[in-house]
Amino acid sequence: MNGGYAVVAGTAQGPLVRLDEPLSFWGGFDPETGEIIDVHHPQRGLDLRGAVVAMPAGRGSSSASSVILEAIRAGAAPAALLLTEPDEIIALGAIVGHELYDVSLPILVGVDDVGFASGAIVMVTSEPPAVRLAE
Amino acid sequence: MTALLTAAEQEFLDGRHGDGAAVAMRIVVRLAEAMGADRLRSIEGAHIDSCLFHGHSGIDFVERLVDGGAHVSVPTTLNVSSLDLIHPERFLGSDADRSASQRLMDGYVALGCEATWTCAPYQREQRPGFGSHVAWAESNAIVFANSVLGARTHRYGDFIDISAAITGRVPHAGLHLDAERLATIVIDVGDLHPALWESSVLAPVLGVVVGRCAGTGVPVIDRCPAEMSEDALKALGAAAASSGSVGLFHVVGVTPEAPTLDAITRGHVDEVERVVVTPSMLADAAAELSTAVGERPLRSVSLGTPHYSVDEIATLAGLLGERRVHPDVDVFVSTGRDVLAEANLRGDAERCRSAGVKFVVDTCTYITPILRAIDGIAMTDSAKWAWYAPGNIGAEVVFADVTDCIESAIAGKLRVRVDESWWTNPLGESDS
Repeated sequence: MNGGYAVVAGTAQGPLVRLDEPLSFWGGFDPETGEIIDVHHPQRGLDLRGAVVAMPAGRGSSSASSVILEAIRAGAAPAALLLTEPDEIIALGAIVGHELYDVSLPILVGVDDVGFASGAIVMVTSEPPAVRLAE
Repeated sequence: MTALLTAAEQEFLDGRHGDGAAVAMRIVVRLAEAMGADRLRSIEGAHIDSCLFHGHSGIDFVERLVDGGAHVSVPTTLNVSSLDLIHPERFLGSDADRSASQRLMDGYVALGCEATWTCAPYQREQRPGFGSHVAWAESNAIVFANSVLGARTHRYGDFIDISAAITGRVPHAGLHLDAERLATIVIDVGDLHPALWESSVLAPVLGVVVGRCAGTGVPVIDRCPAEMSEDALKALGAAAASSGSVGLFHVVGVTPEAPTLDAITRGHVDEVERVVVTPSMLADAAAELSTAVGERPLRSVSLGTPHYSVDEIATLAGLLGERRVHPDVDVFVSTGRDVLAEANLRGDAERCRSAGVKFVVDTCTYITPILRAIDGIAMTDSAKWAWYAPGNIGAEVVFADVTDCIESAIAGKLRVRVDESWWTNPLGESDS
């Protein structure tokens, strides 16, 4: 992994899912099932529940925080997020998820190339910010 | 980075203003750390998006604040909810969802927010002035406040909006800072046919292109030949904040922070990427907004995303004239309750109603069950509605300008004049 810093702390493990385009969680992701439902997204239908999701950026609506939080409550959230660009709206969903439900959804930002292919089982840590193959 | 707090801010964290206010300050401080801010700053007002029901977690959150004795410390308006409190029969969802949505709304009113229920708080008489710092959520409101009013808000999302309203503080970062407001990409529209600017369909479609090109950056639109109305800027910004994460755009000579291209690039225009918008880029963006395929009946027309202004309702009344919409087509206009009151006074709302148009206030037709039938085509004049409705409510959409929407609604079937060639040749001129 090149670069990156943690905006939300935590440790998580799961299959890596690399998204080709930014995703708007609001209107683009079903917080009950964890599925991508955005008709404008090339990877519509993909299941992000429990995955380590690497994506360039969020997109659009400020309701994305609520959708992330609802997915955390429903147990359908990704395990961790690796973003190229900072996205405070996504980070807020995870920050409040920790505050309300004591669930940690680590988010690293500034990740240009995660270095592994989709499907690899990876471990994400915030201290130090890193992504490596799970043992 | 750990933000340096003043003694007054530290008091919030220490619980001196109650448990709810402490939760709010923890969220503000954690966001400040995530944004790399070294301190917090004050705000003059807030606009809250968190009042829209997405699931029980939203209720868990607001009731944690209410039970913790929190109250807003700055004037605070509320975005759309899932319910139309003035026309409650519009809501076709379950009783459980209705009562959950109401419970969420009650929570925000209990925190001291004003029951405005509009996504266009900038259409109210009191709105932020140039240079004032606010904490606004709702992507279209954010981009309007920053771009058109010259107020300063970062791209705030749910939860930080109310946390900022309670504490009166936001991270000193992002779009609050001068340097973050400079243009990062030039969108050159000077090669487009001048007649495009006379159509209301250009602004939302250009917005889609701007959002795609700019992503999370700050676009400046250059060589715009005409004044743009607030309604056009509203449509452009809402679209750019849907297809991209645009929280601020400039239009040279039109928006307040961009008197010249030099000013908004601090003289470094040569170092900024320039995209020249072509007719085919606009045609592609317009095509992307229409997801409906095949011969299907027209079922509904949804106007007013973001909420229609007084002027837009007057335009609609003029387009309708003495005609009525077809009985098989539901025509909805989403707007704010304050705007509807004004349109009632002017007589425009009654003209629309007698044509068969249904007003929706406090909410919007693409975020809550209002449309009776989604088995046919849903038309809209809003790029934002077209962008989100397929995912949110499963609608098959045809995007068009308001004239085509209304002519279609009256005819009971699609009447769309704007096709692919229109973007090159809007006047239908022959080549010879």
